[in-house]
Amino acid sequence: MGVSDMAKALHARPQSQEGGDNPIAALLDENGVLTVEGERIADVSDEQLRELYRMMVIARRLDQEGLNLQRQGELGLWGPYVGHEAAQVGAALAMETTDWIFPYYRDFAMAVCRGIDPGGILTIFRGLTHGAWNPYEYRFAPFIIPVGTQVPHAVGFAVGCKFDHEQTAVLVGFGEGATSTGDWHEAMNFAGVFQAPVVFLCENNQWAISVPLNEQVSGRVVDRAAGYGFPGVRIDGTDVLTVYAVVKAAAKHAREGNGPFLIESVSYRMQPHTTSDDPTRYRTDADVEPWRDKDKDPVERCATRLRQRNAFDESFVAAVTQEAEERAAAMRQTVLTAQPAHPESVFNMVFANPPAALLRERDEFAASLEQGGAE
Amino acid sequence: MTGITMGKALNLALHDALERDDHVVMFGEDVGKLGGVFRVSDGLQDEFGRERVFNTPLAEATIAALALGMAMKGFRPVAEMQFDAFSYPSFQQVTSNIAKYHTRTAGAVNMQLVIRIPYGGNIGAIEQHSESPETYYVHTAGLKVVTPSTPEDAYRLLAAAIQDPDPVIFLEPKARYWMRQDVELPAIPLPLDRANVVREGRDATLIAYGPTVQTALAAAEQGESEGVSLEVVDLRSLAPLDMDTLRTSVRKTRRAVVVHEAPVFMGLGAEIAAQLMHDLFDVLEAPIERIGNATIPYPPSRFEKLFLPDADRILEAVDRIREY
Repeated sequence: MGVSDMAKALHARPQSQEGGDNPIAALLDENGVLTVEGERIADVSDEQLRELYRMMVIARRLDQEGLNLQRQGELGLWGPYVGHEAAQVGAALAMETTDWIFPYYRDFAMAVCRGIDPGGILTIFRGLTHGAWNPYEYRFAPFIIPVGTQVPHAVGFAVGCKFDHEQTAVLVGFGEGATSTGDWHEAMNFAGVFQAPVVFLCENNQWAISVPLNEQVSGRVVDRAAGYGFPGVRIDGTDVLTVYAVVKAAAKHAREGNGPFLIESVSYRMQPHTTSDDPTRYRTDADVEPWRDKDKDPVERCATRLRQRNAFDESFVAAVTQEAEERAAAMRQTVLTAQPAHPESVFNMVFANPPAALLRERDEFAASLEQGGAE
Repeated sequence: MTGITMGKALNLALHDALERDDHVVMFGEDVGKLGGVFRVSDGLQDEFGRERVFNTPLAEATIAALALGMAMKGFRPVAEMQFDAFSYPSFQQVTSNIAKYHTRTAGAVNMQLVIRIPYGGNIGAIEQHSESPETYYVHTAGLKVVTPSTPEDAYRLLAAAIQDPDPVIFLEPKARYWMRQDVELPAIPLPLDRANVVREGRDATLIAYGPTVQTALAAAEQGESEGVSLEVVDLRSLAPLDMDTLRTSVRKTRRAVVVHEAPVFMGLGAEIAAQLMHDLFDVLEAPIERIGNATIPYPPSRFEKLFLPDADRILEAVDRIREY
């Protein structure tokens, strides 16, 4: 049995770790990691696991390059995602290409997994544009900055998929801070009421800028699902195999008309919130240290799993490392050579059918630029 | 059709849009069996089913966000806010997401959606049911904001709003829901960015929209009996403003009064007056007058008529600018 059959096959299974009829929870141990039996059922091949490893290594290298570019003054901002590699890569690769993803602003690795050019994405952080890809081309919505507000967008889109009788699942990413917002709770409720095919993925990294988990969330995020009448699981978000298997099963659950599913993926934000943040004011190195352990590092942990399967060798690592270097260099090259559009282009993206008044304003602006250039 | 109300005209516009395009959907609080608190969706769920016309949970932010998501999926959502002040929880979704989504996707995603909001006072309501929130919306780039003043305009503007590829805030003057008019249907959609000269005159231009158009017409009628010839322009579109039509009118009359229910302070009258002053400085015979609410929360209904524009207040303003 493959992962894709897991949700269905296990639907008849008894109570889960979170209570209720929750077959996916039955695959997990008390730490939110796939059990031996769960791993057998998930049936993730060595090749798939190597692909997950490869994308995590690339994602981490791109993150480092993004940080470097910001520190070198080439980007206005960078939001590191070290610690999120398993959650983002595992989730993105678990979704079918016909599915949709609604990311939050930190889901850079998801975008890369979807095939979006990372150098192009960086033009947003270089201040060249607000929109760097066509969502329809990649089935990947834009990054949303107001926290939690993308969650009901995914629900609306998923309701549309349902009304169009499509077999499409919609994954929405957010941090644990987003779960404090009204929009998040409203979206959870709407998803339950409309039985929308949504997979809610909480990337709980335990910090919302400086506010720690225990000052942010009363109770547990995962337990919210029961209140809205659908299942949820809390998983170890540093284990890419678990993330991949669980998201795959949850997406199938949604796609097949069983309604929404909540996944709380717990890991740790290893870096500042963004390059504008100073974590020394609110946490110590000792707080972060346990998460540097190779059993908690998403990339190292995946390597361990590959070694256990005898699917990890020097040439594979060398090839992946080499590819990551090349992609980082290409990303740098792309963003640094990206040319800004003509300033008046900002007028052309406000409306699909712009009123004459706006076009006149654009033309006046363009004329004033020309005049300025002539002086 | 003879003697239909504005509420019925809106209902018919929705009906015809739902019939024409199976990706038009209509939703909000109580819009299903009840037909909405103003009965604008009366009978539509029965006719088109629960996937076309449906109730939502009581949560305006996600009503707006649902419209965004469904528009992105290719639907043409028409979302109903129950009352003006109840649209405020959706403000973040409207201003930060809906208004900016086309820009945020470099033009790839259209926000072909309509958010209908009953607005304005003069219905003897309790607090929160009589507000004029138009300035909040017109000040947000990326939105088109329109408001009808008659049943026919209501039908034709809503038809246009639903067909348009951009987000439209559709403000319905609730005090005029029961206004009746003969309307030939189906009527062709109106442009979303044009004002309408509803009465011609020589001595001054009354600039009104939504609920105050009838008030301005009543003032013009009264003015005529007193020997004053007043032109009345119905803005129809609040964003953008059709300044061409306003300039043409005021160039002729050389005097203008802007009339709205919203507070005068930073109301639409401020922008209109500033633009006319700038563009027609040499033509104007007097400063532009503005009539609207005081800078107060909407008053208790017992006092509302003291703060709402009426013919007398308009004609007093006309006297001031004629004697200037």
